[in-house]
Amino acid sequence: MTLDTSPRLADPDGIFTALARAYRQLDESQARTFDARLILLLANHVGDEAVLREAIAIAGEGLVPRDQIGDLDAVP
Amino acid sequence: MAGDQMAGEQDDGHAARPLRRPVVVVGGGPTGLSLAIDLALHGVPVVLLDDDDTVSPGSRAVCYAKRTLEVWDRLGVGEAVVAQGVGWQRGRVHHGDRLVSEFDLRPEPGHQMPAFTNLQQYLLEETLIARAQALAGVDLRWRHRLIGMMAEADHVALRVDTPDGPYDMECAWLVAADGARSLVRRLLALEFIGQTVRDRFLICDVATEADFPKLRQFWFDPPFHRERSVLMHRQPGNMWRIDLQLGWYADTAAETSPARVAMRLRRILGEGVAFSVESAEIYTFQCRRLERFLHGRVLFAGDAAHQVSPFGARGANSGVQDADNLAWKLRLVLAGLAPVALLESYNCERLAAADENLREAARAAGFIAPRTPMARALRDAALHLAGRFSFARTLINSGRLSAPTVYVESPLNTPDATADGFAGGVPPGAPCVDAPLGQQGEADWLLRHLGFRFTALVFAGDPPSPGQMAQLAGLPVPVHTVIIRAAGSPDEADGGFTDTEGRACDRYDARPGTTYLVRPDQHVAARWRRFDPAAITVALARAIALPAAA
Repeated sequence: MTLDTSPRLADPDGIFTALARAYRQLDESQARTFDARLILLLANHVGDEAVLREAIAIAGEGLVPRDQIGDLDAVP
Repeated sequence: MAGDQMAGEQDDGHAARPLRRPVVVVGGGPTGLSLAIDLALHGVPVVLLDDDDTVSPGSRAVCYAKRTLEVWDRLGVGEAVVAQGVGWQRGRVHHGDRLVSEFDLRPEPGHQMPAFTNLQQYLLEETLIARAQALAGVDLRWRHRLIGMMAEADHVALRVDTPDGPYDMECAWLVAADGARSLVRRLLALEFIGQTVRDRFLICDVATEADFPKLRQFWFDPPFHRERSVLMHRQPGNMWRIDLQLGWYADTAAETSPARVAMRLRRILGEGVAFSVESAEIYTFQCRRLERFLHGRVLFAGDAAHQVSPFGARGANSGVQDADNLAWKLRLVLAGLAPVALLESYNCERLAAADENLREAARAAGFIAPRTPMARALRDAALHLAGRFSFARTLINSGRLSAPTVYVESPLNTPDATADGFAGGVPPGAPCVDAPLGQQGEADWLLRHLGFRFTALVFAGDPPSPGQMAQLAGLPVPVHTVIIRAAGSPDEADGGFTDTEGRACDRYDARPGTTYLVRPDQHVAARWRRFDPAAITVALARAIALPAAA
């Protein structure tokens, strides 16, 4: 495991609430825009490709067919 | 037989039995012509068949990358192509009405060739044809159409149709450079693997006197073409290549009507700007390749072997680089100096290149034409954030421009010895990098002295002795020695060069004694910290696919 999944947030309730509140005024399309910006900002902050690929795989569990999870950049 | 090889076109139809040619190339586009020229310069006579007698209509390929220009310079047409074309190295990417990123493909000086040259494909082909015609070894046969073939164990039998009737011919090796609709591929019933990009593009060549900047410009969602992308490139003669994304469901007939095309172009070029449309066609793009590029005695190159979307200029460039990889291997195999396994390395190395190009094309297509709403949101987020943050500018992918493939996994490479401690430089499998040199006070370029033969490129400390150089030159596959001395060293009478600006040493991570073994296609086969003829001989055997000594 390179992705750190141990508790790291000093104020987990505060961050959870801040995330949820950020979407309060947003319609679905705006929420998607917000998601996308936040993901890119955080992905760049994390920086480590292995960590990011692992997070992508875990987030996709149960949603993305298993045989495609490791196949994020298939050729052709 | 030499007599057969020198036989002319008229002899094929009249011989008692079909004449056996060493190499027949099918297809007279940039790939086939480059290969024919390269083979002839290697001393291999070649017959080139093309079912047409005109250069390609309109303008298809436009952008030729530095590495391709270097290949053509080796073939004697680099300067002619650059002189006719429009050189460029900068690009701009816009989102809506904002400039979001700029790039410079060649930020450092000290290269003979520009980062890119734009030239209409038919002008390029005319230049290549003139070069081929000047070579006795190239037998160009226009309006000679391959109509049948039979692959045998030691040759390929061909039937060729001409306006004067059909004839039969044989060749030891057949190279299919006959494009995306390759007849050779269909005759062998070989399938492509890959996919069609589900998008349509209107590709226009437009003449206008208006003065737009001499750079690659790309727009995402511009005011003049909402929700889609536009790419604009300069060509010689006040000609502009403009690609407009139309989407998969575009009405092809309506979109190519002259009034509709003019309306779209007027929005881009501006009201009141006079222009004329030279060509306007709708394209869909394929991203696919053959499973293998070598089938018995038939080799595939260029679009006949692999196709990618044009964002990145990876089509013609990769075809010419296929030719660059193949010519010297065919020559050594035909001469009996290397085993057929050397041609298998063409398959391995150029498959790796095709996969790299396909991956880059797929990534660019995913950014230019996102396939899901969330992919679109991520794309737009990158473009939005790019206005403020440099990290987001690195995410913008309007097509990563053609760069030569490093044959990292090639069986021809001799890996670096850890003890040699190379940090950077040009690794095994990579193409040599150019650098300015001097000789007896004359300015020169490194790449001009590499190619066609194996070369030991020696950064002298203690230069090799004449005896050592003669030993290498006397091998069955000779190795020529090129010596480079540090700036300020006195000229010696050994034909060596001076690293006038210190760039060669920098680019090759060289210390006194550092030695590179360079292949005939200017790719690095091996490198060491000292000049060692025994090590060079072993690496040479590996680079021509000879079985390892027991």
